[in-house]
Amino acid sequence: MHVINLSKTRDQDFINRVERESGQNLSLCYQCGNCTAGCPVTFVYDIPVHQIMRLCQAGQKEAVLGCHSLWLCASCQSCTTRCPNSIDVAHIMDTLRHMARRDGYATEYGVKSFTDSFLESVERHGRAFELGLMMLYTMKTGKFWTDVDLAPAMLTKGKLGFKPHPVQNKEAISKIFKRFREEFAQ
Amino acid sequence: MKIGVFICHCGSNIAGTVDVAKVAEMAKSLPEVAFASDTMYACSEPGQEGIINAIKEKGLDGAVVASCTPRMHGPTFMRTVARAGLNPYMFEMANIREHVSWIGKDKEANTAKALDLVRMAVAKLARNKPLFAKSFAINKRVLVLGGGVAGIQAALDCADGGLEVVLVEKTTTIGGKMAKLDKTFPTVDCSCCILGPKMVDVAQHPNITLYASAEVDEINGYVGNFQVKVRKKPTYVDWKLCTGCGACLEKCPSKKSPDLFNEFVGTTTAINIPFPQAIPKKASIDAGSCIKFKTGKCGVCAKVCPVKAINYEMEPEIVTEEVGAVIAATGYDLMDWTVYEQYGGGRYKDVITSLQYERLLSASGPTGGHIKRPSDGKEPKTVVFIQCVGSRDKSVGRPYCSGFCCMYTAKQAILTKDHIPDSESYVFYMDIRAPGKMYDEFTRRAMEEYGAKYVRGRVSMVYPSGGRYVVRGVDTLAGTQVEVEADLVVLAVGAEGAAGAAHLAEKLRISYDSYGFYMESHPKLKPVETNTAGVYVAGCVQGPKDIPTSVAQGSAAAAKVLALFSKDQLQSDPQVSSVDLKRCVGCMKCAMTCPFGAIKEQEVRGEIKAQVIETMCQGCGLCTATCPQGAIQLQHFTDNQILAEINTLLESELEETQG
Repeated sequence: MHVINLSKTRDQDFINRVERESGQNLSLCYQCGNCTAGCPVTFVYDIPVHQIMRLCQAGQKEAVLGCHSLWLCASCQSCTTRCPNSIDVAHIMDTLRHMARRDGYATEYGVKSFTDSFLESVERHGRAFELGLMMLYTMKTGKFWTDVDLAPAMLTKGKLGFKPHPVQNKEAISKIFKRFREEFAQ
Repeated sequence: MKIGVFICHCGSNIAGTVDVAKVAEMAKSLPEVAFASDTMYACSEPGQEGIINAIKEKGLDGAVVASCTPRMHGPTFMRTVARAGLNPYMFEMANIREHVSWIGKDKEANTAKALDLVRMAVAKLARNKPLFAKSFAINKRVLVLGGGVAGIQAALDCADGGLEVVLVEKTTTIGGKMAKLDKTFPTVDCSCCILGPKMVDVAQHPNITLYASAEVDEINGYVGNFQVKVRKKPTYVDWKLCTGCGACLEKCPSKKSPDLFNEFVGTTTAINIPFPQAIPKKASIDAGSCIKFKTGKCGVCAKVCPVKAINYEMEPEIVTEEVGAVIAATGYDLMDWTVYEQYGGGRYKDVITSLQYERLLSASGPTGGHIKRPSDGKEPKTVVFIQCVGSRDKSVGRPYCSGFCCMYTAKQAILTKDHIPDSESYVFYMDIRAPGKMYDEFTRRAMEEYGAKYVRGRVSMVYPSGGRYVVRGVDTLAGTQVEVEADLVVLAVGAEGAAGAAHLAEKLRISYDSYGFYMESHPKLKPVETNTAGVYVAGCVQGPKDIPTSVAQGSAAAAKVLALFSKDQLQSDPQVSSVDLKRCVGCMKCAMTCPFGAIKEQEVRGEIKAQVIETMCQGCGLCTATCPQGAIQLQHFTDNQILAEINTLLESELEETQG
């Protein structure tokens, strides 16, 4: 295990950004671990959530934004509910995910691709167009056979239409995306 | 009038951000100031000598010391002034440390503000009058509230010191929480065996009057002269006759009475003696579960009682006691752990509190000292202890550490292994807090010799599964979620002020915090005193503490009372209200606002006038603010004195705006 030099690698700017964007006070965390104790997806995490909190306190930006856990978090809010110090841990995970995306960390390309495909589909059609979403996703990832076994059943039940669902005034929804890009342009 | 002004440097505390020499220089120009100087430490011996010499040499009539808060050194300088031959009330203090130098760095602004405060103090002092304390007799009896180990110790020490003691206990026996414990840490000696002799001493001490099953209704009066109304709750057994033979317990057909002493583990008879060593060892009836009270039929206990002590008609009785001091030792209660729904507290029978577990361990407990699961009576093989349930948890409003849970949990893990050698104990902890003599060694012993498995992390949930309970938590040191299958889960529930503590504090006129713990007068230097003279605290009533500390506080409070009672007379504070009879119109609005009942009516030449009972007046000044005639004035804080200060301050404000 490598040694972390706390005086050299402590990124105060990163700490400030996480606190500002999440609205949470990282120093409230006393590492009781109750977030990890209640986390239903910790079995797939590379870094358990209480250690992500600890690494945030230590300003270890690389380790935090480069971890896989951020992308595997189900946003179920168990950590937030359990925290004895009322820290909104799920909000911090969300914040970190945004920061990771902005700073070019996408350690779980599949998760990022799926989210991107979903948003693109909503922007274009006003709501998710399942078949189009799946095509976008398979094109981005190259995983052509993902969940293809589910397709026949979904087709027969009309859950996988060939045309996008009609939505009234779908331009209004694409405007939301436009405004977001204007206001939060990187 | 010739006034002396002394500006203190307090090392660099004041001089660092206030130009003290300049303040002293400018003070010299004030009217009535005959002398002004700055001094390094006014409170030091040379500092005080300097003040005394100046008063004597310059023939001063009063002194202003500009230094720290009067709460720190007000009494010190009053004594200094008195030593110089002046009345101690011919003294004023300007707080230029807490109110000036410590709160701002701007030296110019600080110096200006310090001067303002000095000018105000001078203006007030010019209107001060000598005040003289009166003496009053004291009643050398002491009331101890609460018969736990702290109250017992306080009562015994006071009684051994020759004082008459009135001990009031809410439940039917003294002993408190300590009597419920099986063993004590770190010695693992039997709790009731070491407490028992002390309890017997209380019962047999000629100086102690014990009222068990009693509560305080009302407390009036002041230090040296309190009147206390004690309500003796009906026990439906005449304790003068009852011999504690236990014949009634054996025959009582109502066996479903909640067992308070055993923390509701199991049930007991409606007529009951809580435990074999109970003091007083007298039976009492729980009217809520007694068949005679519910249906009017039964009366078995009355039939079997050989001394005819049963009296179903018993009424509450009020006894008035006069005492000179009060020691509050009402202890603690467990916080409501059922808010932890994720642990199933209150829902799952085998998730119990640490105090319930003590009763399971105790030989005089409901299971005769055999650890049995409440659900099916089986012996548990895996016991999980969860620490910090209701401690260090802001989300349930309990941010403080209860202090003793780490130790008793280690003790319970050790006892579990003693009782069931093939059992395994897991302890979920956040940090182990064991800062006492032989304490940390004790927790290490639990791990090293008794094999208790300590897991660093909290528990997120407990759920039943196949007759057992799955405890899911985290091992933060291993960095992973963990699960344990347990037969019994023990919650180390944190402490809060005893039920009704806030209510009692209001009767005693002392402050308490939001958790029901009483406020001591000073956290370090006056740990057993309160801000109400003559009222003391001991034990967990002030905050969670273990047995040795509670006992020490019981003795400390007793020492304070003995010191108070070492004099025959007390000096009253002359800073009390006084009525100008010429101005008083007898409207008695002052009497209505007085929170201490210190004002009564008197008749002067056929007219109603207010009269202040000086020993009861606490000098709060409410009456002064209420009086429409300005007839009632708080001595040392009269309207004229306060207005003089304000006028002085506004003069400089006016000069600034005009200049």
